[in-house]
Amino acid sequence: MLSIKNIHANIAGKEILKGINLDIKAGEVHAIMGPNGSGKSTLASVLAGREEFEVTEGEVEFAGKDLLELSTEDRAREGLFLAFQYPVEIPGVSTTNFIKAAVNEKRKYLGQEPLDAVSFLKKMKEKMALVEIDQSLLSRSINEGFSGGEKKRNEVFQMAMLEPKLAIMDETDSGLDIDALRIVANGINKLRSPERSILLITHYQRLLDYIQPDYVHVLYKGRIVRSGQKELALELEEKGYDFITDEVDLSLGL
Amino acid sequence: MESTAYFKDQFEQLQQTGPQGTIAGLRKEGFEDFNGRGLPSFRDEEWKYTNISTLFQQEYNLDGEAGIEPSELDAIRLPGHEQANELVFVNGIFKAEYSCIRSGANELIVMPLQQAAEGEYKTLVETHLNQSAAYIKDGLQALNTALIYGGLFIHVLKKQEPVQVYVYHILEAAAGPVLAQPRSLIYADKGAQLQLTESYTTIGNADSLNNQVMEVVVEENAYVEYYKLQNDNSNASQVSTSHIRQIGRSYVHTVSIALNGGMVRNNMNLVLDAEGNESHMYGLYLLKGKTHVDNHTLIDNRKPNCFSNQLYKGIADDSATAVFNGRIMVQPDAQKTNAYQANKNILRSDLATINAKPQLEIFADDVKCSHGCTVGQLDEEALFYLRARGISKEKAEVMLLQAFAADILVQIKPKALREHAEKLIDKHLSL
Amino acid sequence: MKEKPEALEQAVLNEYKYGFVTDIHTDLIAKGLNEDTIRLISEKKNEPGWMLDWRLKAYAGWLKMEEPTWPNVKYPPIDYQDIIYYAAPKPKKQLNSLEEADPELLKTFEKLGISLNEQKRLTGVAVDVVMDSVSIGTSFKEQLSEIGVIFCSISEAIQQHPDLVKKYMGSVVPMTDNYFAALNSAVFTDGSFCFIPKGVRCPMELSTYFRINAENAGQFERTLIIAEDNAYVSYLEGCTAPMRDEHQLHAAVVELVALEKAEIKYSTVQNWYPGDKNGLGGIYNFVTKRGICKGDHSKISWTQVETGSAITWKYPSVILKGDHSIGEFYSVAFTNNHQQADTGTKMIHLGKNTRSRIVSKGISAGHSNNSYRGLVRASKQAANARNYSQCDSLLLGDKCGAHTFPYIEVKNKTAIVEHEATTSKIGEDQLFYCKQRGIDAETAVALIVNGFAKEVMNQLPMEFAVEAQKLLAISMEGSVG
Repeated sequence: MLSIKNIHANIAGKEILKGINLDIKAGEVHAIMGPNGSGKSTLASVLAGREEFEVTEGEVEFAGKDLLELSTEDRAREGLFLAFQYPVEIPGVSTTNFIKAAVNEKRKYLGQEPLDAVSFLKKMKEKMALVEIDQSLLSRSINEGFSGGEKKRNEVFQMAMLEPKLAIMDETDSGLDIDALRIVANGINKLRSPERSILLITHYQRLLDYIQPDYVHVLYKGRIVRSGQKELALELEEKGYDFITDEVDLSLGL
Repeated sequence: MESTAYFKDQFEQLQQTGPQGTIAGLRKEGFEDFNGRGLPSFRDEEWKYTNISTLFQQEYNLDGEAGIEPSELDAIRLPGHEQANELVFVNGIFKAEYSCIRSGANELIVMPLQQAAEGEYKTLVETHLNQSAAYIKDGLQALNTALIYGGLFIHVLKKQEPVQVYVYHILEAAAGPVLAQPRSLIYADKGAQLQLTESYTTIGNADSLNNQVMEVVVEENAYVEYYKLQNDNSNASQVSTSHIRQIGRSYVHTVSIALNGGMVRNNMNLVLDAEGNESHMYGLYLLKGKTHVDNHTLIDNRKPNCFSNQLYKGIADDSATAVFNGRIMVQPDAQKTNAYQANKNILRSDLATINAKPQLEIFADDVKCSHGCTVGQLDEEALFYLRARGISKEKAEVMLLQAFAADILVQIKPKALREHAEKLIDKHLSL
Repeated sequence: MKEKPEALEQAVLNEYKYGFVTDIHTDLIAKGLNEDTIRLISEKKNEPGWMLDWRLKAYAGWLKMEEPTWPNVKYPPIDYQDIIYYAAPKPKKQLNSLEEADPELLKTFEKLGISLNEQKRLTGVAVDVVMDSVSIGTSFKEQLSEIGVIFCSISEAIQQHPDLVKKYMGSVVPMTDNYFAALNSAVFTDGSFCFIPKGVRCPMELSTYFRINAENAGQFERTLIIAEDNAYVSYLEGCTAPMRDEHQLHAAVVELVALEKAEIKYSTVQNWYPGDKNGLGGIYNFVTKRGICKGDHSKISWTQVETGSAITWKYPSVILKGDHSIGEFYSVAFTNNHQQADTGTKMIHLGKNTRSRIVSKGISAGHSNNSYRGLVRASKQAANARNYSQCDSLLLGDKCGAHTFPYIEVKNKTAIVEHEATTSKIGEDQLFYCKQRGIDAETAVALIVNGFAKEVMNQLPMEFAVEAQKLLAISMEGSVG
């Protein structure tokens, strides 16, 4: 599904990613963990195509295509979804309108007819139940005045509507209380399928209590320094990042 | 008819008798400018709501050499003066003999403007004096420059504690109408802290007009608070220009309070000419009788990442007129500017007038700016609630008006001054 | 730091699609303006003597006036002697029906998407069409006259309904109200006239389509709408012009009179040629529009979508004279390239319990400047007057400007006036968020702009809303790359 080979990326001339390698197969759930500033969100941004970041080396293959050659919107239309750490407020644009535009742009790209109003509403109803999102939220301007939990639920709702091949969840657990976290995690779990891969980016282990990953990677100073099964997350929770980072710093002679 | 011919005599006399140099050069520029522009007319967009030319139908005494009695000074000294540096202008001329400098020479340097222009501050005066003319292009600004005489220069140096400066403007109008044109240049050096307060008093019953220009230059890491208290008698008119330029990353906080006077025009300009400036501008006007107060403010954001917040509140009662003209400019370079402006008015009488003209002029795209302006009345519900608790209507109204003013009063940071202003306002409202 | 992404850099590059010229014979008079010009116009229109006198009086007033300099717009001096003040498609014979019009003309309007015949059949909107200086024809006239509604060109009204014209023309916008109104009063050539008698609810939208065709010609139309007691009318106005390198002057006057309990809804979609992307050519649109709520409980509502003109100078206003009368102003002004718009409204509260509402949405792109200028005045007698104003600006790109100049004048202590204004931009974050959902930048901007303008668009009659929406989308094309 996704194959990242030796990705290096800069922002404003400063190298943040220093050679990332990662393979995610269809249906797999991977978690990337790491201390603040390790490059987790940068990786998400680079994959989604944020223009501030410059990829200086490496390649990414996504669903058989050269991802880095695609524009941001084409990546999305190919089925790459990024749940934002800080979902953006767009005053004046209703959530429904926004999602409708997104769904139909994708259909157009894939050579499909746009969804008519009835089918679209039907699909909305269906997916709303999934993330326990309220109808009234959808008629409001997108993310404007939403609580932290509402914003994240809205992200998962959009993911449900857009049915991506790969969903990257960037710190989707941050800023959520335990109830909101459960709802969001349940939503994501319901969206797991053999065709869909998920990349969870998180600082804390607690999200992984709800969503069981197949693999866990630790990102530090722009590199994946450790990979393992879900037990690795527990070990991190118990010992903190230091037990890995110290080791890495030592080996780097820092 | 307006009478302005005698300004020429005064100008020529100053040019002939006074020293030549920077100031004389400026006077010449000012006089030519004044000749070109004449007095502002209400047809002038900037003077649409204040017909200032009516004040010039009489001739004023321009002679600044009046004296005052010590008791007259004592009567107007502001609370907290024991710790403050007190500077006195009489009829627009800075009077060292009445002034009292309490700070050390490593904190505060005060001298006549003419002296500063001739000595070690020559370059500084040349660079900064009359910068306000780039913003205020009218005859009165020019007139002040044309007749600069007896001005004041202040240099505030770096210090941990704020330096307190009280400036008393006294107009001696017992013998006839008087026109004063004080001029000052204040330089807040890097890391300086200044609390500056100005008050205005006319002695005598004839008309007075104080056409003041004060320019303040604020350097990096300086911190300036500026308070203006206008509570003069009803024959006392003013055109008071305060032009503050923040040329280094700095903090400026102004509070302007107008209670009584004849025709009062305040030009309050804040120029944010360095990255990361922060500025707060507050104003309160509580007008009764025939008082006319025109607050004309400008916040010019010239550099990126500046923050400004403005709140002006006012009440017009009897046949008073309140004008608020608040302009916010965001220049093309001033990306990431945050500028907020609010103006709230209460109209208490059908003979009173409120004219408001908030303006946003934005030439940069990455900005957050908003303004709000309201004209209304006291909250009827609140009034009813108070009366239902047994408070008389009059008392209830005063309470609500005090509450209305409180937002601004809390912005006066020195306690002694704040309490003084509160007392003045309580008295003013309950009369 | 990062380079400013190109996304917001590119200005509108689309071509103005109404920029063609119709090849018809035009009756032109010589350039220049003097008393004889006015006599000639009046003669060509076969006007009664009182009309000529009125024009000449206005002209005498205009000569004494000065062109206003206070608007926030810049343009080189206009040479009023270098303008053709009368241009009419030839032959100008009395038309009995639209079918008799020059086929070239009918084709023109088909190209503009307002086929007069089709319109007649399908949409039930009565249309008056004004090309250059004269009205080409009015549809639905007979049906309307059956219920007493007069809808015709102003020239015809001067001939057929002189009493009404005499009574109301100049009663809202006095002939020397301002420089451009005085000029219009002297040289106006045609326009629409609507009269809705007592108690009649006009059953269809009345619409006028204005088109400048001739070169070097100015357009000076004059519109007068009168709604008697309990009458209602919704009126639509659309404007286009060919692409020309020279600036052309458009100085119209619109007067609305609403008597007791009458309601007039006036909607404009203004799409005069804005000039090219370098600021060459385009219409100077200096228009005086004013309505008076003369009777108690009357209502006047202005809705405008402004995307055209090189310069717009326009303040549709309402004088709220009748007690309990209501004035509304809804505006979307989009400026791009080198366009300049100084537009807004005046709400003059004179009567008791009068209410007004202002919603202004300005969108600036390219090197354009967009100013809102509004006056809300509550006079001494205007007890309980209420006004609410909301002015929002949206900036696309960093070379444009957005300005707000509200004037608030209150002389009554029971009046409440509220004004709010905000300025924002379409941010890179918002664009990226949209793109990540598969929505390209152009669609994203359209979504955001439509959301921003929605409150005003909702005020437009259905037939117009669709057109306006499309227009806004076209104007924005290429605002982002």
